[in-house]
Formats: sequence, structure tokens, C-alpha cells
Amino acid sequence: MNRTSATAEEPFSILEADGKAGRDKDPNLTPELLKRLYEVMVTTRVLDERALALQRQGRIGFYLQALGQEASHVGAAAALRDSDWLFPAYRQPGIPLLRRVPLDDIVNEWFGNDGDICKGRQMPVHYSFRQANFVSISSPIGTQISHAAGAGMAARIRGDDTVFMAFFGDGGTSSNDFHCGLNFAGVFKAPVVFVCENNQWAISVPLAQQTASASIAITASSYGMPGVRVDGNDVLAVYRVCKEAVERARKGEGPTLVETVTYRMASHSSSDDAARYRDAKIHDEWKERDPIARFQRYLHKKKLWTEDWELEIHERARHEIHEAVKRAEALPRPSLDSLFEGVFMNLTPQLVEQRAELLALKGPESEELGHFPL
Amino acid sequence: MTTMTLLEAVTDALRTEMRNDDRVVVFGEDVGRKGGVFLATQGLQDEFGAERCFDTPLSECGIVGTAIGMALYGIRPVAEIQFLDFIYPAFDQIVSEAAKMRYRSGGEYTCPLVIRSPYGGGIRGGHYHSQSSEAYFCHTPGLKVVIPSTPADTKGLLIAAIRDEDPVIFLEPKRIYRTAKGDVPEGEHVVPLGKGRVVREGTDVTVVAYGAMVAICEKAADEAQKRGRSIEIIDPRTLVPLDEPLILESVKKTGRCVVVFEAPRTCSYGSEIAAIVAEKAIGHLEGPVVRVGGFDTPFPYSLEHLYMPDVRRVLLGIEKTFNW
Ligand SMILES: Cc1ncc(C[n+]2csc(CCOP(=O)(O)OP(=O)(O)O)c2C)c(N)n1
Ligand SMILES: [Mg+2]
Repeated sequence: MNRTSATAEEPFSILEADGKAGRDKDPNLTPELLKRLYEVMVTTRVLDERALALQRQGRIGFYLQALGQEASHVGAAAALRDSDWLFPAYRQPGIPLLRRVPLDDIVNEWFGNDGDICKGRQMPVHYSFRQANFVSISSPIGTQISHAAGAGMAARIRGDDTVFMAFFGDGGTSSNDFHCGLNFAGVFKAPVVFVCENNQWAISVPLAQQTASASIAITASSYGMPGVRVDGNDVLAVYRVCKEAVERARKGEGPTLVETVTYRMASHSSSDDAARYRDAKIHDEWKERDPIARFQRYLHKKKLWTEDWELEIHERARHEIHEAVKRAEALPRPSLDSLFEGVFMNLTPQLVEQRAELLALKGPESEELGHFPL
Repeated sequence: MTTMTLLEAVTDALRTEMRNDDRVVVFGEDVGRKGGVFLATQGLQDEFGAERCFDTPLSECGIVGTAIGMALYGIRPVAEIQFLDFIYPAFDQIVSEAAKMRYRSGGEYTCPLVIRSPYGGGIRGGHYHSQSSEAYFCHTPGLKVVIPSTPADTKGLLIAAIRDEDPVIFLEPKRIYRTAKGDVPEGEHVVPLGKGRVVREGTDVTVVAYGAMVAICEKAADEAQKRGRSIEIIDPRTLVPLDEPLILESVKKTGRCVVVFEAPRTCSYGSEIAAIVAEKAIGHLEGPVVRVGGFDTPFPYSLEHLYMPDVRRVLLGIEKTFNW
């Protein structure tokens, strides 16, 4: 891995085991940016831990962690300008933090309370943050891929230089929308960076069962765009590769497929138990390559990291999340009206009637519901 | 007889038919090693090997498209769609291909396949893990649509679906996967498609319900009984083909009809039942046919308990057939 640029074969990496950057590879980011990336990655991990604990305590209904994938998505999104748009999947919790979305907006969504931007209409982690150009997340795998292509086509039609970044998993590459999204983006030279976070698993289905292709990156050639593989646990490598792709897109040179090679360290979600289908040994090997520990060694070498600072980040994250959770738990459920609003811009006569029907019901609400199993 | 849950009855049916007919194969996302996200296929890969129970890439379109190819070539695919909410990428294959194969080829080619999928709300699954989209499939000529509400029916209907010569959409009410328990015959057990079931007899109102709504209606019927109303509950079990005589006979006896379902009201399957009753039993009706269903909104998360028809709303529906 001595190359200084990325290709579709061996994953490109920069950070070496001892924390040095490979020769001629250091992107020499400013200390501010380096520290910011680190802080966001650590905060993401604290946020994930805290949310899973809330789920285990029965205080929120569901959660889905990005443990081990912090570099993969934070590094990618950091290559964008704030005015660039994101089409995320559900496993990029660091991006709202990177884009400085208020913690209350994140936490309220978990609780689906009256303060939730999405009005409690979606399951936890299906955020929508228009203020951060972070497009509403849905559960069906892959659908956002063609949306990103279309948004990119629209930017060309409008003649602006916005770049779009879509995120999806290795499983997502089997979806219909992976094919049509990349195909359209290729044909119309849409300014899109397609980031496939290849964490080796789609719930219990391993990569080898997902595709017979030697890599995900090489599939890009079928769509007439470059495909690059990058070490997804190396934030500097991800950043650099994505920066190049973003610049190509902005210059009108078209889309790129970036495959970040990483590993899903946690179970698929709060409803899954990966021990049922996964070998613990491989898991331990990936633990050695923890993206935060690797980056920390690099920062340490650069004298940008101290134990005090580390403590400070953790303390701040814990405290701010704790306070946001307290506020979120004090908020009521969304109003009954919110059930009927937002289907269309205006209520239809049928919805008006149905709302009145529900409002007329008196007596205790029934709460005999089951639990979400996935 | 063995006591089992509705979920265990699914597994039992699959196991029974896989033992009985080596053309039967089971596949879908996570159905192999993990045994399905609800564990409906647990143990099948161990018993029958990865050739007959296997994981697929994450593509519903691929799952159904290949199931059609398998059926054309003479094996018996039982495909799982992890949640009914994720079936839409396969819609074209289901509606344009599976449903029309027999008709368009003059019967030269047929599609004996089963698509199993958990459906319905009540598990805090939000928009995409809760929908009841049975109406889309009922609306498509050429598809049979089956929804069980008890473990015994689950086993018997699923085996009948696998043996059927036409494509069957088999929808499993996931909310009662583990709460519905009952005696299930061991080994061979077939419940014919197209035959409904009288869940309880009554004289004042006919309530038609399927899936997880049957249990809700039974509770509502107990409540109504206390108020002096005798409720007859009919579970059609197969939406297509529908056991019309069973429903019409009941309505002719009671003179009143309420249909209960989880789906949004407009163009729901409940609307179809209401239309049939209005058309064929009008002379016997003493009140309007009332639909109690979901609202015409996407399935919500925090307000799910308000969206789902519950005992109160069923009772209100029953009252509406008297006071209108
Ligand atoms: C169309 C569709 N089918 C099935 C599912 C159920 N499901 C949710 S996540 C998932 C696996 C996704 O794997 P991948 O794309 O690799 O993303 P990861 O979870 O690893 O981040 C599946 C099958 C879904 N959400 N959408
Ligand atoms: Mg994955």
C-alpha cells in the first residue's frame, strides 16, 4: 500500500499503525479541522452509546449504532461545503454533529416527542435536517441513491455548483436504486459522490453473499465513472479520497463511487444479536483498527491530542446529551392534530372528517402495543 | 396437537412442506443462518441445507423475479419479504409477471409460488415496518391473498398456499406472531384457500376482521355482550378468493355489518367487503355497513396507538350500525 492515490483495488490508506501518515500522503489538514474531525468522531461514539443505553432502558423504542464507522462517514462528509447536500442512510449519526445540528433536534427525534422536527412520525434515527442540507431518511434501502442523482441533475440544470453526497451500505448496492442512480448520474454527469460504507454485513448477510464482484468500487466502471476503495477506518484517507471526488464533481467532471472498507462493530440494531451469526475473531481483528484510536495516535504525534482534551470532549458530550435527554423526556407526545397534518399541504375533507371522528373518542387510550423486532 | 405461537406455526408449516416435497425452497434476506429477523425460518437451513434455505442479496425485485423463474422451471419457491413495507421494489415482478403469467400464456406457463411477508402495525415500527398494503395485491387479478389469525390456520393455510398452482401472497400479522398461541395439528394439516371461519356466533351484528384485528374484535365483542349486543365475528382468512357466502349468510341473519382492518380507509379491502354486502344483502341491512380502519395517513410512530383500530373504535363502529 505504498501508492499515493486511490484505486478500485487495495483500499487506499494514510494512517499507519504507529500513528504516522504514509510517505507523501499526509493531506496536511489544519489543526482546527483535524481537531474538529476528532471531536465529532468521539462525540458520535458517545451519542451512540448513550442512545443504545436509552433503548435498553426502554426509554426510546429503537436505535441503530455506527460503532466503528465514525471515520467512514464523518471523513466523507467533511469533504463537502456546508451548502452541499447530503442524502444519508440511517448509519451516519456523525454527520448532523459535523453540520452542527442542535443536539435537541437529534434527541427529540429519538423520543418522537412534540419537539421532534419530524413530529414523531418516524422511528428513531430517521432524521430530517433541512437547516443542514441533510435530506429526510427513510427505511427502504437504497432509495436515496437515485434522489442524489436527480438533485445533481437539477443543479446542472439550474447551473449552480452544489455537490451531492449519497450514503448507503454494501447491502444497498443490490438495490434497484443503486443501479439506476449510478446509471443516471453517469449519463447526465451529475455532481454526486456515492459513498458506499462497506461494513461487510447487511444484517446477517455477509458481503460474499451480497455480491460476487471483487469489490464494490469496480462496479463503477459499468456506469462510466471512477470507483475508488478507501480504508474506511482511516479518517484522513476517507477525507482525501472524498475531497478529490467532490472537486471532480464541482468542476463538472461527473460522479464518483467511493467504497469505504470498514466493519460494523455493533449488532445491526438494538433488535439484532450479531453473536448469532458472526465470528468473534474477525470482530477482534477489526477492533485493532478502531478509527478513533488510530486517529488519536496521529494527533498525539502531531501534539494535537492530550488526555485532558480527551476527557473534556467526553465530559462535554455526556453532559450535553444528558441535558438534551432530560429536556426531551419532559416534552409531551405530538398533538393528535399532527397525525392528520402533513399528508398533503392542506387537509382533505376526508382527513378533516377522520380527525373529528378520532377527537370525538373519549376514554383512556389503548397502549397495548408490541415491540419493534428489527 | 401441539401448542404453538403463530410464528412457530409458520416454521412448522415450512418444515412440514419441505419434508413432504423436495421441490420446496425457502429464501430471502436473513432467512438462512439467522433464521429470519423474526426467526420464522429458524432451523430450516440446518435441516435442509443451504441449497433449500438460503440468504439472498438485498433485492426484493431479485427475490421475486428469481422466484418466478424457479416456479416456471418447476420448483416451489417460498420467498420471504422481510417486511411488507419493503415489497415495492418487487411490485413490477408481482403485478406484471407473476399475476399474469397463466393468463397471458394461455395457461402454458404458470407461477405456483408463495411470497410470505410480515405485515401490519402495533409493534412501534413507524411508516416502514407497519403497513397493511393487502389491497394493492387484492386489486391485482391473478394473485391469491391469504391472511391467517390463529396458529392452526397459519399452518394449514401456508401449506395450502405452497400446494396451490397460482401465486399466493401470504401475509403474517406480526403483531401477534408471539402472542397468538393455540393448538396446531402435527404433520399434515391443510386449510383450503377460499374458506372463511366463524370466529364466534352472534345474532345482532356481523363483524368481519382478519389478521391481528380478529383478537381486537373478540375483545370488543365481549364488551358489546356486556351491553347486550350479540356479535358474530367472521374471519375470511383468504381475501382472494373471498368466501362471500359465509359473510352474506351472516349478514342476512344479523342485518348489520362492521368491517375492521388496519389499512388506510380509502380503497381498502374493507371497502370491498362493504360494497359486496351493500350490493348483495341490501334487503337485509338494518343499518349502514361501517368500516373501522386506519386513517388516510402514512402509518405514524408516536401516535400509533391512536391510528390502530382498538376496542373502543370497534365498539363505536358497532354502535354506528344501530344509531345513524
Ligand atoms: C428495501 C429494503 N429491504 C429490506 C430492508 C430491511 N433491512 C434493513 S437494514 C438491512 C441491511 C442493510 O445493509 P447495508 O445496506 O449493508 O447497510 P448497513 O445496515 O450495513 O449499514 C435490511 C435488509 C429494508 N430496510 N429495505
Ligand atoms: Mg452493510
